[in-house]
Amino acid sequence: MSTLLDIQDLKIHFHTRDGVVKAVDGVSLKVEQGEIAGIVGESGSGKSVTAYSLLGLIPMPPGKIEGGRALFQGTDLLRLSEREINQFRGRKISMIFQDPMTSLNPYLRVSTQLTEPLAIHERLHGKPALHRAIEALEQVGIENAEKRIHSYPHEFSGGMRQRVMIAMALITKPDLLIADEPTTALDVTVQKQVLDVIRNLQKETGTAVIFITHDLAVVHEMCDSVNVLYAGRLIESAPTAELFHKPLHAYTRGLYKSNPGTHRKGEDLYSIPGLPPDLSRLPAGCSFRARNTLGDASLCLTDRQPELIEIQAGHFVQNCPGCLARHEAAVVS
Amino acid sequence: MLRNIIHRLLQGLLVLYVLGTLTFFLVHALPYGPFQDEKAVPPHVMERLEKLHGYDKPLYTQYFLRLKNIAQGNLGMSIKVMEGRKVSDILGQAFPVSLTLGIIAICIAMLIGIPAGIFAAIRKNSIVDYAIMTVALLGICLPNFVIGPMLAEFFGAKLGLVPVAGWNPANPFSLLLPALTLGLVSAAYLSRLTRAGMLEILNQDFIRTARAKGQKGWIIVTRHALRGGLIPSIAYLGPAFAATVSGSVVVEAIFQVPGIGRLFIKAIETGDETLIMGPVLLYGTLIVIANFLADLLQIWLNPRLRAANAD
Repeated sequence: MSTLLDIQDLKIHFHTRDGVVKAVDGVSLKVEQGEIAGIVGESGSGKSVTAYSLLGLIPMPPGKIEGGRALFQGTDLLRLSEREINQFRGRKISMIFQDPMTSLNPYLRVSTQLTEPLAIHERLHGKPALHRAIEALEQVGIENAEKRIHSYPHEFSGGMRQRVMIAMALITKPDLLIADEPTTALDVTVQKQVLDVIRNLQKETGTAVIFITHDLAVVHEMCDSVNVLYAGRLIESAPTAELFHKPLHAYTRGLYKSNPGTHRKGEDLYSIPGLPPDLSRLPAGCSFRARNTLGDASLCLTDRQPELIEIQAGHFVQNCPGCLARHEAAVVS
Repeated sequence: MLRNIIHRLLQGLLVLYVLGTLTFFLVHALPYGPFQDEKAVPPHVMERLEKLHGYDKPLYTQYFLRLKNIAQGNLGMSIKVMEGRKVSDILGQAFPVSLTLGIIAICIAMLIGIPAGIFAAIRKNSIVDYAIMTVALLGICLPNFVIGPMLAEFFGAKLGLVPVAGWNPANPFSLLLPALTLGLVSAAYLSRLTRAGMLEILNQDFIRTARAKGQKGWIIVTRHALRGGLIPSIAYLGPAFAATVSGSVVVEAIFQVPGIGRLFIKAIETGDETLIMGPVLLYGTLIVIANFLADLLQIWLNPRLRAANAD
């Protein structure tokens, strides 16, 4: 397997009236060809901003890329002009979004929107384009696609719209699909179906996927590798099996523990206390110190940011003694 | 849909009925009447005039008589301003002038206002945006009796490009200044409405989707944003068109345009009830129709409304 996308030390800051918000502050991660790479984190951890920056979708200003590189097949996506990045958008890298109710244009027929990538990137119009679009709809499991393709988005349910989004994203057979919480806005039964569609198409086409979510259960089911983000920084990164077997960082352990699936019925659910720090007033040291109950907060770095180290082949973690320590009472039997 | 149209039609008739009734009683409540003159009118002449026009009958009888006549399409004769001429003939001559002026004005307003608004929205918070919005605000604030003479002075008198005043359908340039004066206010409103509408749409998630597909900026604007972004402007256009056609009184006076506006003012000055009623009902009809068309256009532009109205 070779590396498809290599993000190195990405820094994206937003310059607002209340100061500089360090939304992403030194994130490095890799996506291998054909894998599903998960990015997990709470709201505001920088997962969506990281993904949006790859397609140049960060509003600038107020956003600014302060540093880092994102090498995609050898090209640094962060340095491209609007015209150059348009050669990647929708052609080599596609994206699906969180809310399928608002991500499709309510004023245009599904057929118009679905054939648009073909017109842009393959100069395919008319009947042949429509055929490809119908095929794409069938692939994501929309029945009666020939007729339904002429409907407007409001005539589809949420789950169906997300299927349309997936069909639209994959119609050009991109090398990378960015899925930004694609099932968060859907109800549970539909979630499962949409996840199946994504996974099956991923297997069929070999497209690599960046899967952004805050749901560890979904990560476990979908992803080959996991990247845990906290307060704009990468906390821990490992192959999925390894991470679930041996979570090292106190935050990762906390996430794992707060997952209902890991509890016996009737047992109280663990939750990480407090809130993520204000990204415009980050502490000098370990940003997780104030919420660290599973490690030893007294050992957390206070003078400098912990560095990322490779503790085992493929398993990276922030080297903060307090977060790596295991609190006596917290050790799970 | 058909039920909707019938409903709106009946609604429109009711509006016109109320409008006409109010106008009738208000005109009759005026402290002066159409038979007064600068010179004192001898009592026997006054009596004969009143009898001739039915003013000797009780007010409610006059009202029902007028109602019956108007329902049959008979607007009556001008009592004073153009004494003895049929109101329908007078309107038939003057209305096309006012209508032409109004149509050209609203076209100018759209040609200036909508592109300006789109441009301001795309270049939000830039110098271009601020410049356009400042000019638009000026356009809204300055009354047309200020703008009109200024335009006439500059383009007519100084540059000599167009006639200063007058109405000559054979010379399109003579229509330009009055239409421009009349249209500028609407252009200003349109640019602000278009800007606001476009900004709202350009912030929507589906615009981000279009960008993520690699679509070019200007196609995103024209194909993805324009339809929704123009809806506020179109809602405004219906009433604005009616207001432009009927609101040309001042402009017609400045540029000596032989439209309805001047007649209307004279009719009010003299209490010429029939010549007031005619334009009031005509403009009322126009406003009802324009609003209706604007609503239809909005439904047509928005697939969700279209579906809701399909049955």
